[in-house]
Amino acid sequence: MHPIFITVIQRILLGFVALFFVSLIIFSAIEFLPGDFGQAILGQRATPETVAAFRRELGLDQPAYVRYLDWAGGMIRGDFGQSFSGRNSSGMDRSRTVLDLLDQRLKNTLFLATITAVVAVPLSLFLGITAALYRNSLYDRVVNATTLTTISTPEFFVAYILILFFSSLWGIFPSLANVDPRDTLDVRFYKTILPALTLTLVIVAHMMRMTRAAIINLLASPYIEQARLKGISSSQVILRHALPNAWAPIATVIAFNLAYLVVGVVVVEVVFVYPGVGQLMVDAVRTRDIPVVQACAVIFAGTYIILNLIADVIGIVTNPRLLHPR
Amino acid sequence: MTKKTNTYSASAEVGSIRQRRTRWERMWLNLKKAPPTAIFGMIVITFYAFVSIFAPLLAPFGEADSQFSAYLGFGDIHLLGTDQIGRDILSRLIYGARNTIGIALITTLVSFAIGMSLGLIAAINRSYIDQLLSRGVDVLMAIPSLIFALMLLSIFGASTISLICIMAVLDSTRVFRLTRAVSMNVVVMDYVEAATLRGEKIGWIMRREILPNILPPLVAEFGLRFCFVFLAIAALSFLGVGIQPPTADWGTMVRETANLIQFAKYDLMRAMVPLIPAACIALLTVSVNFVVDWFLHKTSGIRDEH
Repeated sequence: MHPIFITVIQRILLGFVALFFVSLIIFSAIEFLPGDFGQAILGQRATPETVAAFRRELGLDQPAYVRYLDWAGGMIRGDFGQSFSGRNSSGMDRSRTVLDLLDQRLKNTLFLATITAVVAVPLSLFLGITAALYRNSLYDRVVNATTLTTISTPEFFVAYILILFFSSLWGIFPSLANVDPRDTLDVRFYKTILPALTLTLVIVAHMMRMTRAAIINLLASPYIEQARLKGISSSQVILRHALPNAWAPIATVIAFNLAYLVVGVVVVEVVFVYPGVGQLMVDAVRTRDIPVVQACAVIFAGTYIILNLIADVIGIVTNPRLLHPR
Repeated sequence: MTKKTNTYSASAEVGSIRQRRTRWERMWLNLKKAPPTAIFGMIVITFYAFVSIFAPLLAPFGEADSQFSAYLGFGDIHLLGTDQIGRDILSRLIYGARNTIGIALITTLVSFAIGMSLGLIAAINRSYIDQLLSRGVDVLMAIPSLIFALMLLSIFGASTISLICIMAVLDSTRVFRLTRAVSMNVVVMDYVEAATLRGEKIGWIMRREILPNILPPLVAEFGLRFCFVFLAIAALSFLGVGIQPPTADWGTMVRETANLIQFAKYDLMRAMVPLIPAACIALLTVSVNFVVDWFLHKTSGIRDEH
């Protein structure tokens, strides 16, 4: 078997191990709750019977490993359980399933993330590579200083500056990105522009700096110098010698930043009241709606792990040294 | 024939006792050579430190003093006006410096205490303890820290103490990795082995043999981690699950005054109010980054090109 294949399989297995442990951590969140949280959720007037029924519904009368298997199995089938909110002391259960809450919001978040990624990835790769090639030029220095300032500022600062100018002062774009499933695509785009712009600004700064660093690192390696000394044209140096080795760092940079997008999306969604998973999670944290928090955490952490996994696999597969083993 | 006293003699110079510069003189010389960005950063940091330490003396009103009418404009008594429940914004900004920076600083210190000691232990041990800690850190780092922090806050409840503990533990994973990586190179040195053979205890080896040699990258990392923690805490407070009212802090202030921004057409200055605390956060992190950049440049070649 090709050695690359084995390495890739190993890496994927490791990814699953990470997913398993992460799910274990997220599951155990509910274990740390104080014993009387049933009472706290159902309200002071809940009868002992109601509380007991609630506890039974959560399966708290069963050992932890049974509940973990139940919970993890449900997750895989797409059943995220029942939300804590909407229950009251009389035993009336108006709670919704977590899946129901997540459904539309997950699509919205993916929409926002996709728009951002489509704009940000090519733009930052272009900026990063050109900055690395024209290193120490005026262009490089301007781009560098701008991005250093951008990554040092909180996302909500960028967001509010954009709102101040584009929404309040000039009135071009709406500051509320309350997209609705009934909206047509162009209305959706129009409402999503400001959040997407904020995320793009933040992420381009990160990605561009990392790309620049990776490319500079690469261009400093001896085989590039050797290729130059051989006298081949600089486009050949880039295309034939630098690029095959650059895929791995570039993939890492992209995956890392898309993973960063996962986190950035939380704050930006709250600023623009964008109905996405991030906002759902923050609301659930405020009301301590643990099943929703757990589901969101699984989604975010899973995305993060899988993105990193993909980057690693790309890094392994494109590595020339592994492709042609001695 | 008289001997001239002002002739130059090489042997005299070599023979003369070399004046050792004191630590302060060396520091001063280094400071004089600092680039303008670093000087700017240091001035800003000093200013912030001054404001945080003397907050009660500088602030015109108390931090939770809500006796004034709400949403007052800029004026003589209230330089930056009042917020939605009639608290003086300038005073809250000044107290906010103390609370926000203080909490971030404590968190970073705790995270370094945890991360550095565990990292050193892992580097010295290099067997099962190292494996256990390293794999544990791998798992913790597989979850984005803001998401992890949100989840833990929902369990333990949003309070300042749990915020500090959670952020410190989550952040210590990164400190652990760095400490372990840099001290791996030092642990194998002969003088560490000599100390071990001399019979020194593990505490001595950690503190006196390894620590001084790994300090520069850790000091730089402290600055960067501080920025990260500071931004994360500000973000959590902004989301309403971090530092809780009535404690004044910049993240919460942005959230509380955010709707003023909608009135930019009528009163631009007032609309800028939510941006002031956000700008304070940004200015501090940019300054720390400038100083760290310069420090890294001085102490070693690493990160030169980033």
